[in-house]
Amino acid sequence: MNDKTPHAILEDPEFKELARQKNKVSLILTITELVLYFGFIGLIAYNKPFLARKIAEGSATTIGIPIAVGVIILSWILTGIYIFWANSVYDEKVKRIKKRFGG
Amino acid sequence: MPTQAPQTVIGTLNPIAILCFLLFVVATLGITYWAAKKTKTASQFYAAGGGITGFQNGLALAGDYMSAASFLGIAGLVSTKGYDGLIYSVGWLVGWPIVMFLISEPLRNLGKFTFSDVVAFRLKQKPIKTAAAIGSLVTVLFYLTAQMVGAGTLIKLMFGLPYESALFLVGGLMIAYVLFGGMLATTWVQIIKAVLLLGGATLLVILTLNHADIDWSYGKLFQMASDKYGSSFLEPGGLVSDPLDAFSLGLALMFGTAGLPHILMRFYTVPDAREARKSVFYATGFIGYFYILTVTIGFGAVVLVGKNVIMDIDKGGNMAAMVLAENLGGSLLLGFLAAVAFATILAVVAGLTLAGASALSHDLYVGVFRSGRANEKEEMKVAKAATIGLGITAVLLGLLFKGQNVAFMVGLAFAVAASANFPALLLSIVWKRFTTAGAVTSIFTGMIVAVTLIMLSPTVYEDVMQSAPKKELVAANEKVTGIEKALKAADITPELKASKEAELTIAKAEVVTKKAAVKPAPFKMKNPGVFSMGLAFLMGILVSLMKREKTAEDMFESEKVRTYIGIGAEGSSKH
Repeated sequence: MNDKTPHAILEDPEFKELARQKNKVSLILTITELVLYFGFIGLIAYNKPFLARKIAEGSATTIGIPIAVGVIILSWILTGIYIFWANSVYDEKVKRIKKRFGG
Repeated sequence: MPTQAPQTVIGTLNPIAILCFLLFVVATLGITYWAAKKTKTASQFYAAGGGITGFQNGLALAGDYMSAASFLGIAGLVSTKGYDGLIYSVGWLVGWPIVMFLISEPLRNLGKFTFSDVVAFRLKQKPIKTAAAIGSLVTVLFYLTAQMVGAGTLIKLMFGLPYESALFLVGGLMIAYVLFGGMLATTWVQIIKAVLLLGGATLLVILTLNHADIDWSYGKLFQMASDKYGSSFLEPGGLVSDPLDAFSLGLALMFGTAGLPHILMRFYTVPDAREARKSVFYATGFIGYFYILTVTIGFGAVVLVGKNVIMDIDKGGNMAAMVLAENLGGSLLLGFLAAVAFATILAVVAGLTLAGASALSHDLYVGVFRSGRANEKEEMKVAKAATIGLGITAVLLGLLFKGQNVAFMVGLAFAVAASANFPALLLSIVWKRFTTAGAVTSIFTGMIVAVTLIMLSPTVYEDVMQSAPKKELVAANEKVTGIEKALKAADITPELKASKEAELTIAKAEVVTKKAAVKPAPFKMKNPGVFSMGLAFLMGILVSLMKREKTAEDMFESEKVRTYIGIGAEGSSKH
């Protein structure tokens, strides 16, 4: 690899596609996480009675409890989705590009 | 109302706690001795030579993040406020996915030891490193002060050890870890502590669920809580009253995590971006699991022990987990968990000290003062001096703020991290037109706005700076509410009603007098995040658009290749 390599890589269609795809995945997952959390905060701010509902007749547990725990678990699952995509798709493409440019 | 002293050994010297703690100290000092032999270069000192695996770093990140304040504090919040405590625990977790999606890989690929390396990658070194180092130091110092004051207070509560001795002990040990063992020792201290904390909390939850009355049913646990404290205990309460304030707090928690220097620094301890992202996955899992445990512990404590007992020992409920441990496992479990909490404090302050020391030595001394031309030996010398200096500063801050309410400082650390550090870091990674002037303006805007607004907020302006009159005002308000409640009772007699109404008039007049004694905070919100972070982004963008920086734009191209595929980054932490 020499000093010109970065420019050659930048012009490479596969690299361009890789960067675009990476940005898209990061953006979609970030927005999902934002919606998830601020949706929860929104419920607390504007619809407390909904969160105070009981999950079943005669139960003391409110809907708010599984929802809060759900936000924690879903956040973790989102990181899992990213890892899965990055390990199986992204890393493979990076490897191919590096190989082509002798990196 | 006289209360009976609770049957507890909390606050007395517990031989098991001391034994467990001594074992931890011996083990960690042993590790430090081993690590010291492997810590000769700057890369080893700041980044453990890049030889930590993703799984190990995941545990260490979790260790850095799960402070004693969150373990004891969230359990306490749940046991005193119910559902509102759960809302907080969710907020502390949601920043991690953001760290993974936006920050972890570019950070690893572009930087060397600190996040300032990334911001300065294609901008002018000196102004950026100065600004970013100040942002790091301010964050670290606020966080460190909160931890040190918390440490002294907690250790006093748990072991009965005097506040000052506790601070000297914590300060001395943390300096030893960082000074001799650098990042390698600090990482292993974090890993051991994370395993102990997760193990201890798991054990406590197993014992709670195994209790005959709960019998492995969360339904029963919540039923008991609802029977004892009313159904409102399981509903959102007064924590989120102003939506904008809640949104603002959410922003600071979410993006603050992605701007904490001691967390960001950990991404240089792994060999590449792949391991960096893996470590966030593990860390998020461990931290999420930990918060679910902590919430269970809070409910367990309030159901099995009771709110009164918990609040008798500490009004904020901070001893809820400890009270539960004693109730379920006697002084043996209490001793073990007290030692774990102590170890937790030590590990967190060690991580913070290392982050502060690298801002001083790597960013300020080498990057600015010596224009990047210092040799290895010189940099190490300065890093070690900075460690000692910061350790002493931490102890002094702990002494200075003794007995003060410093809980707001953690919020402040997150607000500064989200407003000063995060916007500049993100813009430098994603935006080609970002300039040196834009970055410096963004960092200082975020920092100054966050600090100023918190100082002018009710939390500091009223509760901290005017604590005595404010307490009287709160008490007067509570009295009015109490009388109004009594007046609403259905079976009230006309005579009683008349006398209560007379009382109410006096109480209301009292509120007016007390209110006049408290100067109202100029800024009404408790959390400045929405303004400080918003302005930091806005100023960073506006100033960058005003004047182009050709060299920075040109370098964005090579930065891009490095950001996405890591070419040129492999050896960044090895020399």
